[in-house]
Amino acid sequence: MATVDVDLPHVKEDDPHHHGPAKGLGRWLYTTNHKDIGSMYLIFSLCMFMIGGIMALVIRAELFQPGLQLVEPNFFNQMTTMHGLIMVFGAVMPAFVGLANWMIPMQVGAPDMALPRMNNWSFWILPFAFLILLSSLFMPGGAPNFGWTFYAPLSTTYAPESVTFFIFGVHIMGASSIMGSINIIATILNMRAPGMTLMKMPLFVWTWLITAFLLIAVMPVLAGVVTMMLMDIHFGTSFFNAAGGGDPVLFQHVFWFFGHPEVYIMILPAFGIISEIIPTFARKRLFGYSSMVYAVASIALLSFVVWAHHMFTVGMPVVGEVFFMFATMLIAVPTGVKVFNWVATMFRGSMTFETPMLFALAFVVLFTLGGFSGLMLAIAPADFQYHDTYFVVAHFHYVLVPGAIFSIMAATYYWLPKWTGHQLNETMGKVHFWLSFVGVNITFFPMHFVGLAGMPRRIPDYALQFADFNSMASVGAFIFGFSQLVFIYNVIQNVRAGEKATAQVWEGAQGLEWTIPSPAPYHTFSTPPKVD
Amino acid sequence: MTKAITLALSLLAMPAWADWQVNMTEGVTALSREIFDLHMLIFWICVVIGVVVFGVMFYSIFKFRKSKGAVSEHWHENTTVEVVWTVIPSIILVAMAIPATATLMDMYDTSEADIDIQVTGYQWKWRYQYLNEDIDFFSNLSTRREEIVNTAAKNPNYLLEVDNPLVIPVNKKVRFLITANDVIHSWWVPHFAVKKDAIPGFINESWVKVEEPGVYRGQCTELCGKDHGFMPVVVEVKSEADYAQWVADQKAMKLAMAGESAKEFSMDELIAKGEGVYNKVCAACHQPGGQGIPGAFPAITGSPVATGAIEKHIDIIVNGKAGTAMQAFGQQLSAVDIASVVTFQRNRLGNSVGDSVQPSAIEK
Amino acid sequence: MDPRQTQTKRLALRLATAAVAMFGFGFALVPLYEVFCDITGLNGKNFSQGPTDIARIDGSRTVKIQFLTSNPADMPWDFRPSVRSMRVFPGEDKQTAFYARNPTDSWMVAQAVPSVTPSEAAPYLHKVNCFCFDRQPLEAGADTEMPLVFVVDPDLPKHISTITLSYSLYDLTESQKVTQLTLDNDKGRASL
Repeated sequence: MATVDVDLPHVKEDDPHHHGPAKGLGRWLYTTNHKDIGSMYLIFSLCMFMIGGIMALVIRAELFQPGLQLVEPNFFNQMTTMHGLIMVFGAVMPAFVGLANWMIPMQVGAPDMALPRMNNWSFWILPFAFLILLSSLFMPGGAPNFGWTFYAPLSTTYAPESVTFFIFGVHIMGASSIMGSINIIATILNMRAPGMTLMKMPLFVWTWLITAFLLIAVMPVLAGVVTMMLMDIHFGTSFFNAAGGGDPVLFQHVFWFFGHPEVYIMILPAFGIISEIIPTFARKRLFGYSSMVYAVASIALLSFVVWAHHMFTVGMPVVGEVFFMFATMLIAVPTGVKVFNWVATMFRGSMTFETPMLFALAFVVLFTLGGFSGLMLAIAPADFQYHDTYFVVAHFHYVLVPGAIFSIMAATYYWLPKWTGHQLNETMGKVHFWLSFVGVNITFFPMHFVGLAGMPRRIPDYALQFADFNSMASVGAFIFGFSQLVFIYNVIQNVRAGEKATAQVWEGAQGLEWTIPSPAPYHTFSTPPKVD
Repeated sequence: MTKAITLALSLLAMPAWADWQVNMTEGVTALSREIFDLHMLIFWICVVIGVVVFGVMFYSIFKFRKSKGAVSEHWHENTTVEVVWTVIPSIILVAMAIPATATLMDMYDTSEADIDIQVTGYQWKWRYQYLNEDIDFFSNLSTRREEIVNTAAKNPNYLLEVDNPLVIPVNKKVRFLITANDVIHSWWVPHFAVKKDAIPGFINESWVKVEEPGVYRGQCTELCGKDHGFMPVVVEVKSEADYAQWVADQKAMKLAMAGESAKEFSMDELIAKGEGVYNKVCAACHQPGGQGIPGAFPAITGSPVATGAIEKHIDIIVNGKAGTAMQAFGQQLSAVDIASVVTFQRNRLGNSVGDSVQPSAIEK
Repeated sequence: MDPRQTQTKRLALRLATAAVAMFGFGFALVPLYEVFCDITGLNGKNFSQGPTDIARIDGSRTVKIQFLTSNPADMPWDFRPSVRSMRVFPGEDKQTAFYARNPTDSWMVAQAVPSVTPSEAAPYLHKVNCFCFDRQPLEAGADTEMPLVFVVDPDLPKHISTITLSYSLYDLTESQKVTQLTLDNDKGRASL
């Protein structure tokens, strides 16, 4: 970890080279300031989280009881598809990019991102893309209804008209991610303060550096696969159409070549966040910094060679199944190392349990549970009984909700005082935490059971033996969903009012961001700090 | 309004039909038991690891809190310990991989089977063709619409029952050759631990040797469109003698149906039979009252096809309409069924054309 | 422009190029998939077609070859194998046929797409003469026999004793009509 020698007078607000932010709507439309752009990404992500969450509640309301009560099966399929797309591409990814924008320049001692104008573009095309995607709900034939994984030929020959808009939206979101990643890599590699070597960077910066490379590698492959879909649908090609000599399974290979690294893209920044928060509240340096870096790098590399574990039932020859089973099991090793290192950081520390720490501790336990179900899924012969059941739904919701989403909430609570200059309302933070913790477990734990008992995914109605746990999951979903209103309240309240926060904010916090005042001035580190 | 009332009523009426099954079934084949054992082995290993890791974590949360006066120590690396907790998990993984690989090899046994059955996934039903006999039939969900829309109580096999189950003999190796008619489906019977994707244009194989007679129920496990949740798999495993009897019965039925097709039916007989066919096969898309879903499925009421030339009406049912969701039902329905449903559609559902067609006139 | 800015622009350009290259890689995955499957035989599609130079017959074992047909997308033709299965010695030439009939009242064109299981067996099933991917036109009500000449390679691994060959028959009439129309137009112009 870097120690810092900062010459505060250089970052005074009345520095003649910098003006405060512009006024009015124009400020937000034209800003190139990483803090403004970070805020916009975060607000956008929160809105998308709510929209995706409402869709989840429609799903859980229908699944509360056997029978079709509320929606038609085709609309239900639109809800599951859009819920997935919005949460993955509209909530989780933009939130991590927003946190990157806010924190990376400050954490490396840079005045802003490397390419500030491209940064503005990267953000503003996102609301445009999602407007297109969401408007498809009102098109004839309805929104995409083929799952967020959009397998062909359901998503080509048999798709509603909106599929073309879906493809357009995906291209735009992909462009946003690629531009954002270029910016992040350039910032981290070129703009660190003198003395901040790579192995002195905060772990959040490291995880984002690696994530950005993953994004550049695989988002274009996603663009490729949706372009192939476009060609099959409109230009008479047969990439995925057996009639013309194509292969629906080819779709799955290309999609998951993107898809698997994508899920690591959604968790590596979370690992970085947890690796900052636990040392702060345990008042002890992160255990095994270098192995934490190597672990993230190995997870990223391994993520490229495991994709077909999403395809164990597709009819692959046994050699292929064995290879992908082994490679997938291997990822458990570096991931385990990270969990052990977090626990070792806590061990013999001096812990307090403010809201960010509560979310971080819940992450460690619940993400690990998701990791266990992931290990079970990796065992190919057993996967024949788990694949496409609620056991898989349980697994990925554990790693994404009390995993990625909790880390985003933890990061928000952790850095909000730095952004707004107001201390957290700890009581309300804890209310949000406990409601979310209870809600998330009541929602997703029973899904392990119904999955093992034989309930498939993506069905709007189910056989009677699955009813009890489904009711439970639906109740949990409403608890979790409505608790997020407390989160919104907490964020808005903190922006508007609260006890004044110091620069340090948290007693055990280390890093450049805690050496500047709270709220952070509009321009920071215009002169680079000295780091030893 | 009706929806709100239905929801409220369903909230009040929560009968104790459901059970609280938390684990996978052991199944009824040697392979399903192997898979179950593997599943439990991995599960217990995860439990032990979880207890150890969370044990240390909760101990730390309890013991090393600032409020209890704990002061943090200053170490932050230890190469030995890191090596140990990299090597030990790796060894555990190797230990898991060995039985897993062995079971996987067992699943890929391609030796000769006693019976071969071609399984084809359609939107939204299964077709079973016995390759060594002349048996070929479709298997549709048989749960009544009233149960699904909550105007009738649900029976114990709700959504897991079909009109024509797959029938196989016990203790014989049965090989399934799986493909699809339209989109990707997936054929799964949990008690057999058999799941295989049905991919249009490609053939996949799987096999089973069931050790206990009984009825086993599964579902489609790959999103395949609107009624993905409504195309169950039901397999009846009979003793060898019963199976032989069933095969003989199927052949006799086929002869009888051929005989039926030659008979003359009255208008009323055709309409009555046609109503049954309509509700089972057509209503899912064209709706029970024949009104269709605008933008998705055309109405039968007042339709130019159903009230126009009868040859065109028959043709569209027998051969389907390319480029749409209207399937070719010539393969799926008997001549008697087709003649009946044509007559029904032309004289009910708000139509009154007045004509009819006999099964003998249906050319397929 | 200060050196850091130049460095940044250069890096950004390199990363953008990498992104474009990965887009190309995505498309390259299509032929790469074919090549990989061809070399490894992994998706049951890489049958060899055309004459072979297999000289010997392995009389020590027989292999059961099973024939399947499928009519995806409700292709209305009658399509079935003339025999359901046969036993062959690896190395011996065998011949069979598939019957097809067009029961509709219009001219149609079909194409048969093959698939083999187990996929490991695909490279060992040599189709000396096959109608795979051939355009098969049939007038209304007409029928035909489509021949298949094949030989099982004696190098077929010992643990494989059953090979299933399945044909899916697809309707190509619409795309063929466009081609036919173009040809007719050209002919029309030529005769003027």
